[in-house]
Amino acid sequence: MTSITKPQVRHPGLKKNALGFTQRDYEGAMSTLCAGCGHDSVTAALVQACFELALPPHRAAKMSGIGCSSKTTAYFMRESHGFNSVHGRMPSVTTGANAANRDLTYIGISGDGDSLSIGLGQFCHAIRRNVRMLYLIENNGVYGLTKGQFSASADVGSTSKKGETNVQPPIDPVLLALTLGATFVARGFSGDKAQLIPILKAGLSHNGLAMVDIISPCVTFNDREGST
Amino acid sequence: MSGVNDFAFRMATVNGTGSASANSLLMQAIFRMGIPVTGKNIFPSNIQGLPTFYDIRVSKDGYTARPQEMDLVVTLNPSTYAKDVAAVRKGGYLLYDSSWPLEPDLVREGITILGIPFGKMCVENFEGDRNRTLLRNIVYSGALAAFLSIDMEVVGQMLTEKFSKKKGLLEANRRAIQLGFDYAKAHFECPLPFHLDHMDATGDSIIIDGNSAAALGAVYAGATVGAWYPITPSTSLMEAFTSFCKKFRTEPETALARYCIIQAEDELSAAGIAIGAGWAGARAFTNTAGPGISLMQEFVGLAYYTEIPAVFFDIQRTGPSTGMPTRTQQADLLSLAYASHGDTKHIVLFPCNPEECFYMSVKAFDLADRFQTPVFVASDLDIGMNDWMCKRLEWDDSYRPDRGKCLTADELESVKKFSRYLDAEGDGIAARSLPGVHGHGAYFVRGSGHDKHGTYTEDADAYQEVVDRLARKFRLAATAVPAPEIRTVKGAKVGIVSLGGCHAAVLEAIDRLRDMGIVADYMRIRGFPFDAPVRAFLDSHAVNFVVEQNRDAQLRSLLAIETGKPRDEMIPVLDYGGMPLTAMCVVNAVSGHLSKPSAKRSPRKKKKASA
Repeated sequence: MTSITKPQVRHPGLKKNALGFTQRDYEGAMSTLCAGCGHDSVTAALVQACFELALPPHRAAKMSGIGCSSKTTAYFMRESHGFNSVHGRMPSVTTGANAANRDLTYIGISGDGDSLSIGLGQFCHAIRRNVRMLYLIENNGVYGLTKGQFSASADVGSTSKKGETNVQPPIDPVLLALTLGATFVARGFSGDKAQLIPILKAGLSHNGLAMVDIISPCVTFNDREGST
Repeated sequence: MSGVNDFAFRMATVNGTGSASANSLLMQAIFRMGIPVTGKNIFPSNIQGLPTFYDIRVSKDGYTARPQEMDLVVTLNPSTYAKDVAAVRKGGYLLYDSSWPLEPDLVREGITILGIPFGKMCVENFEGDRNRTLLRNIVYSGALAAFLSIDMEVVGQMLTEKFSKKKGLLEANRRAIQLGFDYAKAHFECPLPFHLDHMDATGDSIIIDGNSAAALGAVYAGATVGAWYPITPSTSLMEAFTSFCKKFRTEPETALARYCIIQAEDELSAAGIAIGAGWAGARAFTNTAGPGISLMQEFVGLAYYTEIPAVFFDIQRTGPSTGMPTRTQQADLLSLAYASHGDTKHIVLFPCNPEECFYMSVKAFDLADRFQTPVFVASDLDIGMNDWMCKRLEWDDSYRPDRGKCLTADELESVKKFSRYLDAEGDGIAARSLPGVHGHGAYFVRGSGHDKHGTYTEDADAYQEVVDRLARKFRLAATAVPAPEIRTVKGAKVGIVSLGGCHAAVLEAIDRLRDMGIVADYMRIRGFPFDAPVRAFLDSHAVNFVVEQNRDAQLRSLLAIETGKPRDEMIPVLDYGGMPLTAMCVVNAVSGHLSKPSAKRSPRKKKKASA
């Protein structure tokens, strides 16, 4: 979770939104993820989506658990409160925050380990409750921070960096969310900003839980021969 | 010895047969007669079919601890006959259902056996199996009214209140109570030598259970978010909070709920919800018991380190593991004081009865906000679920919640760089900002290593600076938690230390010990961390007994760790079988220890002393 402050120098001709903010105002600390990480593209898409929606940064709260995905809440909207909680428990913290203040825009960022393994129960129950939030899963099929173990979304037959083959079937968050009666379900790809930004904007405007599963490649541990 | 307004009796029944409400009616009737009374429901972890007991103690002197022996036992459950007969004191009475022949199990020398055909009477007078089962409880209540001189007018009035909307039931209950009463009067000499006589000693008192009182405290403190997962014996706390909120926190015009109660999927989530709400600015709490406390550990550590207020009610039950869910204990003391991994310490409050549950509940929310940290209220099953007679609760309407250092939008406007964990005032407490208030107050809550600005760090000094401040903050909390209750007597040589639900039994024990010539001072711990008076009390007595309800003398350990008082200089008095403490247990342990020849020497040499 190391973060480096970005220089605040701006081009005077930057476009402003309805609130008078530029896109740069929606940025956060410098990312410390691996170069080429799909998650950084998701962050960039979020910055643009929030800018275009003219979301007041201080009226948004960024919620996360633990893992590479959860670090990204530091990398956008520096004037928003952020809560990097415990592994797999972001949904309950967001539920509580929502109970206390329902006027904020809650952006929850999770990963496949955080939401489909340790936090599967909380993921399901947040959907059941239809907690008002954007719930992103930055899904890369692998545990990055602990260096390359299979996650619960790894495909059968994919091989790990250490050469093991995954034999357990993956959990598909989209199918799961649908069976739980989710009110907004989408899947995007971190590399397709043109598709992702409208999805994020729609999710942010949804009055309920908007679950977006974003395929986001791990360039370090899930980008080799045998990766799926 | 028993006598007028000084005796105890037990109803031994089968659970799920409706006896609980009849027993509660008896207790309330005695209370309304102005006589101090206590009821202890000893129930199984089961819905229907297992043994259940209800003990009522009448004490003109106001003693409320569980009675040691019974003057009268009503035995209506064949599976506990042997146990019931054994519970009767020598010279006492046993009341059984003589619809069936007297079982050999029920015969005992030295007690008087009274038989009333409750079952037969119900069959003859009422229709329907369920009705007959339920009304049998009312018939024995009527018989008890005759045996014990319970005011029938009071009982009649209570039935009228209870069944005001169900006239048919009222009529049946009235007949049932009269049947029992008349039968006893006609067949036995009534009242028994021990019985009731009107007093005027309950006028400033109420009957309430600790969980309802704690829930009421949460309402008065302004709690708006409650998260929980059902678990005995804490469930009734949230049920009470729910009913209070429906009544007092629903806007009359719009019917809009000004509160949010969430039954979570588990205790992890319940803790997360409370902490999320605390972070977002609400007064939030969760209520649970030992197993839930175990599950909440990780979140407790997060809230401690990131400095988020939340209140945790632990209604302790008998552990470890599932243990005995419907029995009481004080065995979570250490796991609360040091909950979660890493260096953590927590504020813990120890109410001794429902009255204190109310006041300490309010206090817990103030302390949580002021010190920006989780606060535990360590109640127990006996306090939480049993009906206690306690002083009428009082409330000062000038109370304003202590929200601690919480920056407003105006204050944040002039802040250039907000540093979440900066000790600006030197008291160890940093100002916090709530989400949504002002962009200048935005910061990133992280359970990972952070410096005083809230920024991620792996630097030794920056990390230590924050955790050292947390320790300073904790030390300051020692002066803010409820001070110990200290009762000193001239000439006292020994000190008795206790806490929570042991209080009633210890007070009674101190009186009995004085009758025996043993004069003791008393200190009741009411909050953790400990302040200087705690150590001072321990140092002012050559012998200290520490009375508590767990196997491992956890309070004694806590005292030793935190005050530095050598552990072996404190004599443990332990009772941990799951039943509320009795005075005799304390009296026997203390007098037994003091009568040992070795007790005359320095207590330092007494390594193995125990109850």
